[in-house]
Amino acid sequence: MSPLLEVEDLRVSFDTEDGVVHAVDGVSYQVDTGKTLGIVGESGSGKTVSSLTTLGLTRSRSTRISGRIVFGGRDLLTASTDELRRIRGSEIAMIFQDPLSSLHPFYKVGHQLVEAIRIHRDVSKSAARKRAMDLVELVGIPDPKRRVDQYPHEFSGGMRQRAMIAMALANEPKLLIADEPTTALDVTVQAQILALLQDLQDRLGMAIIIITHDLGVVAEITDEICVMYAGRIVEHASTDEIFDAPEHPYTWGLLTSIPRLDQQRGDDLVPISGRPPSLIQRPSGCFFHPRCPYVQKRHRTVDPPLVSLPDNGRHQVACLLEPTIRRQIWNGLKAGRDPTSLRQLAGDGYPSRAPAVASTAPRAETPEVPSSGTGGP
Amino acid sequence: MGRYIIRRLLWAVVVLIIVSAVTFIIFYALPSADPAVLRAGRSPNPALIAHIRHVLGLDRPIYVQYWLYIKGVLLHFNFGYSYQYSLPVRSLIFQRLPATISLTVGAVIVWLLLGIPVGIISAIRPRTWMDRMTMGVSLLAISAPVYWLGLVGLFLFANDIGVVHIFDGADTYTGLTANPGRWFGSLIMPWMVLAASFAAFYARLLRANLIETMSEDYIRTARAKGLPEWRVILKHGVRSAITPIVTVLGLDIGILMGGAVLTETVFDIPGVGRLAYDGIQNADLPIIQGTVMLGAFFIVIANLIVDILYAYLDPRVRYT
Repeated sequence: MSPLLEVEDLRVSFDTEDGVVHAVDGVSYQVDTGKTLGIVGESGSGKTVSSLTTLGLTRSRSTRISGRIVFGGRDLLTASTDELRRIRGSEIAMIFQDPLSSLHPFYKVGHQLVEAIRIHRDVSKSAARKRAMDLVELVGIPDPKRRVDQYPHEFSGGMRQRAMIAMALANEPKLLIADEPTTALDVTVQAQILALLQDLQDRLGMAIIIITHDLGVVAEITDEICVMYAGRIVEHASTDEIFDAPEHPYTWGLLTSIPRLDQQRGDDLVPISGRPPSLIQRPSGCFFHPRCPYVQKRHRTVDPPLVSLPDNGRHQVACLLEPTIRRQIWNGLKAGRDPTSLRQLAGDGYPSRAPAVASTAPRAETPEVPSSGTGGP
Repeated sequence: MGRYIIRRLLWAVVVLIIVSAVTFIIFYALPSADPAVLRAGRSPNPALIAHIRHVLGLDRPIYVQYWLYIKGVLLHFNFGYSYQYSLPVRSLIFQRLPATISLTVGAVIVWLLLGIPVGIISAIRPRTWMDRMTMGVSLLAISAPVYWLGLVGLFLFANDIGVVHIFDGADTYTGLTANPGRWFGSLIMPWMVLAASFAAFYARLLRANLIETMSEDYIRTARAKGLPEWRVILKHGVRSAITPIVTVLGLDIGILMGGAVLTETVFDIPGVGRLAYDGIQNADLPIIQGTVMLGAFFIVIANLIVDILYAYLDPRVRYT
């Protein structure tokens, strides 16, 4: 059976006054019906652009898009604007980060739901309103009858996101793309929204793509995770593999910078130093090399391809370090060791790196000083 | 809401009293001429001037004059008698109001019909030749003063003095009830001239607002829902971008209802603005007072209406 959504070698770049922004650079992934894919990365890693492109929302005169996005047998990149419009909101729906700014402030929540229903279905206003109330109830908003006649600003943050989800589900989409669905919410509400998404998936059987910068968010509900960096996928594996045996230094960085309850108070979090690279002037070689603690000389010139692990074809990583060395480093990190102390494992990297370091990164002067030690609760 | 409106209306009365007092003081400190001397004829003698002064009540102390005036206004809705026409100011103003209302309403329709579509088209196609052209023209229209534009219009298109005889020229205003056809014909050019800078201003304002609105998250949501682009623009974009326009529109209407002095003067339309202009020319204090009060009244009321309307346009706004 072919997957519901298949993204193949997707490339999206924007012409701007400062130059060409390579937002997405050769990304491939697929999602099956009933499955959840997590796309994880920092801001500017291309995770949102890739999904907006799926919906055709990045099309413009200054955007160049190539590759293939096959959904239900159709290539969405070659689909006409009108075809895409009919798919949007009916077969593929999307929810966004900030539910307050994503709902129109001047229209009642019920009206916005009715609108979503009536674009794609030829039903009467009263039937659509009835369905809107059912949807509101489905996503766990109490007192739907009263709630549909309220404005978004009369809802709490969590309720707004529920309303957004209700709107996305209006036409029973086959694929739901959730872009940072919990980022703007309180931590307790985050968990509720994630549980709701999981529950709705179980009941409605749709596929979900969750885009987030927070690995903690996707841990519970995804089946697979793509880690994106600078417009590319650097690691792609099942959720269990990503958490148990991650292979990419960037994934390690993401994992060791999450505060954990079982950590000792005062234990240091290990942040990833430096900033995400410019997508106009991208680094040479491995895009992560300026921030990678285990960088070796040739990593600055050789661009690593995304390849499957020799012993696990479903786990892909784009890293030039030897698999055995990667495993040693991860075991060290898991044991709570500092990345600095693990550098030698990478081989020639550390000594040969010294001269270049002083001029490129502040890391040499302040090696791995964590910004905070907020470990336990 | 009711209490809010009552409070605002009481404030409006206070504002009008202050405005009238200020007008009084300004007239006494800086009179455009001595009303008594103006009316004393070609060879005035001091006795005649003193007599006229007494008849007009100008020999009394200023605070007594003001008190009598305000008392008349508040108790009898009497705005005094024009020195020039020896007629009640109230009826003079009511006579002139239809022309001013005709001018204002027509111009508002013209500038909305021009400004809003141009603003929308420019906003959804920014930096295209269409956008650049309309915004360039609108900058010209904003910069051109009404009296200049009005004279150019007359010299080019007026029936009498124009290069090509297309529209009725100055001093052709006819009441709507007297002759609807001539009323319309006589107002075409004044409407265009008065509307030009407003249309340009509204187009630019709407363009700026709409460009900003179209980058809002809820526009992305509307697109993600699968709405056709024209509905995204009109129903979700323009609906938000137009609210500040409503504010400005209310105030502009308020100001113009008090008399479009320049347009009425250039085209010699017998409106309130023209009355005010003549009042100043003739040092006709009651007329000046009356027209200033009328202008202030319309502005205050327009402000109030705009604020009330805003609560309906933007459900997040609530007054208590």
